[in-house]
Amino acid sequence: MKLVTKLMTGAALAVGLAGAAHAESHGGDPVKAGFIYVGPVGDGGWTYEHDQARQAVEEEFGDAVETVYQESVPEGADAERAITQMALSGADIIFTTSFGYMDPTIAVAEKFPDVKFEHATGYKTADNVSTYSARFYEGRAVQGTIAGELTESNIIGYIGSFPIPEVIRGINAAYIHAKKVNPDVEFKIVWAYTWFDPAKEADAATALIEQGADVILQHTDSTAPQAAAQEAGNVYTFGQASDMAEYAPKPRVSSIIDNWAPYYIDRVKAVMDGTWESQSVWQGIGDGMVEIGEITDAVPEDVKADALAIKESIASGEYHPFTGPLNKQDGTPWLAEGEVADDATLAEMLFYVEGIEGEIPN
Amino acid sequence: MSLVRLEKRPAPSRLFSGLTPLMAVIATMVAGGILFAFLGFDPLVAIRTIFWDPLFDPQFGPYSRPQLLVKAGPLILIATGLALGFRAGIWNIGAEGQYIMGAVVGAGVGLAFYPSESPLIFPLMVVSGALGGWAWAMIPAILKTRFGTNEILVSLMLVYVAENILASVSSGLLRNPEGRGFPGSRNLARDYPAASNPELIAGTGMHWGVVAAFIVVILTYVLMTRHRMGYSIRLAGEAPRAARFAGVSPARLILFCLGTAGALAGLAGLFEVTGPAGQITIDFNTGYGFTAIIVAFLGRLHPVGILLAGLLMALTYIGGELAQLMLGMPAAAIQLFQGMLLFFLLAMDVFANYRIRIGNPEVAK
Repeated sequence: MKLVTKLMTGAALAVGLAGAAHAESHGGDPVKAGFIYVGPVGDGGWTYEHDQARQAVEEEFGDAVETVYQESVPEGADAERAITQMALSGADIIFTTSFGYMDPTIAVAEKFPDVKFEHATGYKTADNVSTYSARFYEGRAVQGTIAGELTESNIIGYIGSFPIPEVIRGINAAYIHAKKVNPDVEFKIVWAYTWFDPAKEADAATALIEQGADVILQHTDSTAPQAAAQEAGNVYTFGQASDMAEYAPKPRVSSIIDNWAPYYIDRVKAVMDGTWESQSVWQGIGDGMVEIGEITDAVPEDVKADALAIKESIASGEYHPFTGPLNKQDGTPWLAEGEVADDATLAEMLFYVEGIEGEIPN
Repeated sequence: MSLVRLEKRPAPSRLFSGLTPLMAVIATMVAGGILFAFLGFDPLVAIRTIFWDPLFDPQFGPYSRPQLLVKAGPLILIATGLALGFRAGIWNIGAEGQYIMGAVVGAGVGLAFYPSESPLIFPLMVVSGALGGWAWAMIPAILKTRFGTNEILVSLMLVYVAENILASVSSGLLRNPEGRGFPGSRNLARDYPAASNPELIAGTGMHWGVVAAFIVVILTYVLMTRHRMGYSIRLAGEAPRAARFAGVSPARLILFCLGTAGALAGLAGLFEVTGPAGQITIDFNTGYGFTAIIVAFLGRLHPVGILLAGLLMALTYIGGELAQLMLGMPAAAIQLFQGMLLFFLLAMDVFANYRIRIGNPEVAK
């Protein structure tokens, strides 16, 4: 094993040196920013928004920047190759925009010490690897408020992607705020086990509607649930990751928009200025990384006012969506009156809050 | 009376059987070139980027060449196993599921011993991986021999079952306890040296899975040409009635072909999860089991043909990625291009099975 390790280090070093030589030869040229996408750029959700931000980077810097991207890159072995090839092609900074790219990003970063890497939603950093993510749960608090007031059947459907902390945080935040405005509210959760699969998402939405849900929240990226809701008639939905405005004013009554543009512009600028440093950021409504899409006229004025008020108080930092008193699902106390959840607990959240029925699948 | 007619050959032309893959590749290049031109790319540059740059470009070649082996290894391993069954008329469409189960079982056994450093762990995982794939393939095999169920449907349906098992163990049984609640196992390749399958010689892409693929190609060649089982397989495929008279047991053949294909797919999964992929995740499988079906037919169900077809398929993948990266070509265009390859291969079979006659039949006679 030792010999193997030595050989591997040798190889890493050799590739690393090649990378270094390459980076230097780029001296006066435009900065090259690369993007690795998990879905197609036309998914209308997650990847679409990352690509919008890439275009914003191009607009901002013009000839001073060159961007490249690769779409629909599977997480795992193929990702490592895609990232390596991007680094070999002379990229100075590479954004890897899905959680599953975490280990591949770290592995490639070891071989290219002079290339900067930005990994979305992960937790592993290195001297040349930063992580960034958005506090989507802040948007869920706003959605929950609207959903709780809109529902007449008192059943809110939720399409989960995977039972991971990010998704569970969203469910909890939405539930807490729906419950606040409507004590009778009940959540029905369906796990789709995909981030993007229009057919599965449509099935999930239809199943929820059949179970009586008249508001549907989704943590998957396609517009299929919106289409299913439109067909069913009196069902409300929210755009996910992207505005999905083509379904406004109804069924889509609002949305959570991921706005990566300011962050990407900022980080590319840092590479240009030579001030880039490894960091780990988690930004929300206040920083503009999470935006609430227009609340349409299908929502009564007073509901809209409530939603905007909660959005403002989160943005200003005055209110935290996870503020006690809150119990866990099994009734054990979690946050005392007025206590606010810390980021470490939120980052690893794998429990429902009290009142949500069902178990988190494993 | 049409001027061009097809006349069935008494037996498939050997010359054309050998030539059609090449003709299919050329036809794909031409049709693909036209497609690329319509999309606004220079067709020559696009074709060069896909077929030439991964091998010979000074910037990418040194990295891409070894990656061809990494990508082709599992394809060849799986396709060789599938081809055994296909030649005997046994249609295992579920290699993807067997691949997943090999990885899950093999990785599970390895993780059970974490963090032991025993040198026996990796060999044990290899055996478990093969067994996992074998057992998964035994389900359609036994259902077919016992109850006459259709192995195409059963093996395919079991892919979806395997995918759900994969999702379940990723976020449950095999989840990395230090992974902060995210789904996915420990990284075997990075954090567990005794269970890892690294490059054997740095910079070559050669890992145990690639070695196994080469060995299996040779063994299968010997099996098909020298061994009684190979003879039975060929006979069963070409003349089922004659095979029965010759005493070939259909049940034994089904168990052997499905079992071998399952074990090889399981091995491919195990080598992938311990090496290039590194860990069990929900999205661990990326379609090798299905692509291998194309590879098997592209290689004419012949071990050496499959070796070449696997490398060619790997080339279109890696070249396709380069075309995306360097030319900004959409991923869908690349997939369409790969689909054309299979389409033309099947279409070109016309030449192997039929003669083309030009002119009026009476006159021709």
